[in-house]
Amino acid sequence: MTDLGLTPFLVLASFLFVCGVVCIATKRNAIGILMGVELVLNAANLNFVAFARFGPPSFRLEGQVFALMVIVLAAAEAAVALAIILNFYNNHSTVDVDRADELRG
Amino acid sequence: MTLSHALFAILASVTAISALGVVLSGSIVRAAVWLLFTLLGVSMLYFLLGAEFLGAAQLIVYVGGTLVLVIFGIMLTAQGPFSSLKTRPMEWVVGGALGAVLFALLVNAVRPIPDLQPGGAGTLPGTGPLGMGFLGIANNGAVAYLLPFEIVSVHLLVVLIGAAYLARAKRHQRTEGEA
Repeated sequence: MTDLGLTPFLVLASFLFVCGVVCIATKRNAIGILMGVELVLNAANLNFVAFARFGPPSFRLEGQVFALMVIVLAAAEAAVALAIILNFYNNHSTVDVDRADELRG
Repeated sequence: MTLSHALFAILASVTAISALGVVLSGSIVRAAVWLLFTLLGVSMLYFLLGAEFLGAAQLIVYVGGTLVLVIFGIMLTAQGPFSSLKTRPMEWVVGGALGAVLFALLVNAVRPIPDLQPGGAGTLPGTGPLGMGFLGIANNGAVAYLLPFEIVSVHLLVVLIGAAYLARAKRHQRTEGEA
């Protein structure tokens, strides 16, 4: 019996990615779409760390560095997205993206 | 079946089921709770892969920071105690079909990649080499990451100032302008 390899992680990351994409495509609440983006970023991060673990030795540090950057940039992205959503809510009193055809109220 | 197989099976099923819960739950508050379990599962997978610092960073930044931000956003934009914007059935059909096709495509793309085993070099570098790499000092004289670190720092500062500017309360200003 071989030890745990790379492929299960890649399949799980694909599943998370697809969940995120479907979440972005189907949710009507703007914050739900933000959650879908978080799922997609987590899937990418899981791939980075899995390749850092199982890939060639030069990936050992790089995979982790990229994953840390993605985590930090995702936090920044969530802050800006929520600021925009709150601004939109102040103007339109809703977070329904189907009604978001103009940002200025 | 080794211990790592069993742990991966448990963690992967928790992560996948909660990711499905994020997609399928109608209430946005429940979706946030499912997202919490997904993020926890991913952080435990980082621990399983041996990236302890990343797992801790995921717990602190994602679970402790981003998710709290999202929940504040939900509370500030709630239109009722159980606010939910229903997805139309047709959108479920199209989205589900799109997701199934995309998943088949991705699994097909993953299949040719060889099932690599953990290399002889052993565990991932810990906090020390990672921090030195961010400071621009790599132990073997190879590439280091000072410039990306600086760019991310400045980016974070700019983004947070921009977010504070965007989210400021504007009602007061508007009444002043109209008066």
